[in-house]
Amino acid sequence: MAAITFEVNGQHKSVEDNPDTPLLWVLRDTLGLTGTKYGCGMALCGACTVHLDGKPIRSCLTPISQIAGKKITTIEGLSRDTSHPAQRAWITEQVPQCGYCQSGQIMSAAALLAAKPNPTDADIDEAMAGNICRCGMYQRIRKAIHLAAKLAANGKAAPKAAAKPAGGAL
Amino acid sequence: MNRTSRTGRTASDLSRRDFLKAGSVSGAALLIGFQLGGDLIAEGIPQQERPVINPFYAWVKIDSSGQITLVVNKDEIGQGVYTSLPMILAEELDVDFSKVHVEHAPTDTKIYDLGTGGSGSVGDSWMPLRRAGAAARAMLITAAAQAWNVPTDTCRTENGRVLHGHPVRSLGYGELVEAAAKTPVPALDKVPLKNHKEFHLIGTSVPRYDIPSKVNGSAIFGMDVRVPGMLYAVVARCPTFGGKPAKFDATKARALPGVRDVLEIPSVGPGSFTAGGIAVVADSTWAAMQGRKALEIEWENGPAASESSASIREQFVALAEKPGKVVRNDGDAEAVLANAAHKIEAIYELPFLAHATMEPMNGTVVIRDDGAEAWMPTQAPQWAQSIIAGVTGLPTEKVVVHSVYSGGGFGRRYQSDFAMEAVQIAKATGKPIHLMWTREDDMQHDFYRPATYQKLSAALDSNGHPAAWLQRIVSTSIRLFWDRGDRVVPERQEIHGAIQQPYCANTRLEYAYPQTRVPRAWWRSVSDSMNGFVTESFVDELAWTAKVDPLEYRLRLLSPARKIKNPVQPDATINDTARLANVVKLVKEKSGWGSPLAAGRGRGIASHFSFDTYVAQVAEVSVGKDGTLKVHRVVCAVDCGRVVNPDGAAAQAESAIVYGLTAALYGEITIDKGAVQQSNFNDYQMLRINEMPKVEVHFVPSEENPTGMGEPCVPPIAPAVTNAIYAATRKRIRRLPIRSEDLA
Repeated sequence: MAAITFEVNGQHKSVEDNPDTPLLWVLRDTLGLTGTKYGCGMALCGACTVHLDGKPIRSCLTPISQIAGKKITTIEGLSRDTSHPAQRAWITEQVPQCGYCQSGQIMSAAALLAAKPNPTDADIDEAMAGNICRCGMYQRIRKAIHLAAKLAANGKAAPKAAAKPAGGAL
Repeated sequence: MNRTSRTGRTASDLSRRDFLKAGSVSGAALLIGFQLGGDLIAEGIPQQERPVINPFYAWVKIDSSGQITLVVNKDEIGQGVYTSLPMILAEELDVDFSKVHVEHAPTDTKIYDLGTGGSGSVGDSWMPLRRAGAAARAMLITAAAQAWNVPTDTCRTENGRVLHGHPVRSLGYGELVEAAAKTPVPALDKVPLKNHKEFHLIGTSVPRYDIPSKVNGSAIFGMDVRVPGMLYAVVARCPTFGGKPAKFDATKARALPGVRDVLEIPSVGPGSFTAGGIAVVADSTWAAMQGRKALEIEWENGPAASESSASIREQFVALAEKPGKVVRNDGDAEAVLANAAHKIEAIYELPFLAHATMEPMNGTVVIRDDGAEAWMPTQAPQWAQSIIAGVTGLPTEKVVVHSVYSGGGFGRRYQSDFAMEAVQIAKATGKPIHLMWTREDDMQHDFYRPATYQKLSAALDSNGHPAAWLQRIVSTSIRLFWDRGDRVVPERQEIHGAIQQPYCANTRLEYAYPQTRVPRAWWRSVSDSMNGFVTESFVDELAWTAKVDPLEYRLRLLSPARKIKNPVQPDATINDTARLANVVKLVKEKSGWGSPLAAGRGRGIASHFSFDTYVAQVAEVSVGKDGTLKVHRVVCAVDCGRVVNPDGAAAQAESAIVYGLTAALYGEITIDKGAVQQSNFNDYQMLRINEMPKVEVHFVPSEENPTGMGEPCVPPIAPAVTNAIYAATRKRIRRLPIRSEDLA
């Protein structure tokens, strides 16, 4: 047991746990951040995807020893008000069905959009093929990523528009 | 509407939801078979004594500020019932849907039937919820009319207010609700309903209520439930079905940090079918999982250890060689076949399948002195309730089960094995317990879609039409697994999707089943997922033999319009071939059937009637020289009656197509030594985004009452794809999943 210190969604955290413990369970069971999901425990499904210093990782296979001193972003920290372009696009395109995989899908999509602001279908296939959606909403995910790219581009041109919360869709 | 009239669900056939009650531990729920709406009643109670449920008690809550909460008695498993069902209430009630709250009904068996399955949520709730909404609106009008001392028929409603006169005066629903709730409840079968021309909500694509919470991590699924003092539990179960621990040593497990307790829980048979095993209780999920790994267990495998996929298949082959129980015998198929110069024969095989919901099974139970509370991702909260009552000895009404969001259902969450395990551990430890299943647990201790082996024979007449159709279904009956004693009718559900086959007047259908201990249950579209594939593949074979375009061939056989009954369940909904032909015509138009395709591509058609809904799909595929299959496009035409929420219904169709396509391409659970060989997504693969075809969904405009949408788009996709493979390659796929060696 040793204290491991890292940053989650902008907040410093110090966790005393076995260094081999996967980040997923520390997020969910210790820190109460249940938006990140368990799906397979073998990095096969992507439900546990979070960002490590901005890059997507599978938290189910990432021991906390590897994140000491680093910055983690989970779905809860992607935006304060559901305003990330991917989140807004996910609502507009009505992507989720059961929704269980969508935290991971959105975190993978957000990382893709950060790396490639205007991704092609091939880019989407490559970045998103590690995320399983058992409800099969892949067609909507693809549309939503293209829309998110547009929203992000418009947001840069007109920052006020990008700041609008997406919750008004209902 | 008669709840039991849907396909394959008759009074004598315990429906999945009826089964929930019959299978309950306490048995109390068996006595209460509520139908919603005009007859919110306990079965067996004379009409005049049936209580009328006040809609302000059951369905519509309005506080004095006018905030409206609509109650949903179905579980949100991804199918959108938290939107589609309250839309129906809101339409008749005349309120602004964008401002309502939605909440799940409590597990009160006197008011609600909470079982969610059989694609019945919208269809079964359609009239009852319209009536409940209309009754609430009528009561609000009565209250306003009394306040103003005017006749009720001079009042109208708009957007949550009752209006009267010119100049108009109005009262908000919040101001009226206290008085309204005390007015007599109108006779629900006579309360005036809106003319559909006045619908402003039903038929529009309303954004789903639950989606904003599902894009920011705030939606609470079963696995996200956290209660004070809660411990995490996992269970080591014998890999072999029916096996038990002979002995175990937990010394190493108990020594691990965070492990609090290790205990044996017994298996439970009919009612929940848990495997039993060794439970490890710990401070975190990871600690519990590490503790389980450290257990030393010697299993007593029991008789299932001699079972394998090969041994089950041996039974299949032997059974298919002799006549089975005749379940449909129209005309004289045997005589026609006996005299036929040329017979077409084929054998089809489909494997066991796992549900593989994205969220593995789990459940949370807190037992207190005066009652129990549970949070379950379930399709059957009242079954979980009765199980918890049975184990704790508490009266059912002292057990509250909160139905939380489920990460997929697909029929898996109709079982309550996870509720049983959670309450067993909570009772034994005296602690609040959050039971967790890993993906491996979920894959290896599922209740599987049955496997089947079917032999078909047909003869063609001089027009190339089938003059006789003999189909012998052999499958691992679900009924045989669940039903006990004199209730057993092994074939009743296993023939759905074949029993109302519309193509041949001389049809003989037979059924036989092998013995197996592999657990089976309802998997999205149940037997239609198998029999739809077989029927739609075989009719395609006949079309090619007759040298007739497969789509035109279907249209010829479906004409003139006929109504095909289910002879085993005479009150099941009929298959109306006019409606079936209609979706075939729609998919023909929308798919561009017959137009030129790129080289190497083929189109295939399949159509199917299930869960009272008619679906036709056209798939476009290509097969590379190396046998690489790609599904490029799927066009889907649906007649599900009136569509309540079109975008939600389209999403259901897209989802069903992916679910069925995943099974067609990859799905296979195999058995060795009485255990499942697959364990995770590496050996039980899922379709991924790079394999996703373009899917287009079209609905037949209809004013019929709504019918099922969760399941009916599953059965046609596999045969549409394999029929397209035949069109592209002249290779006929008769076993699923599609294997590269069958394509090469």
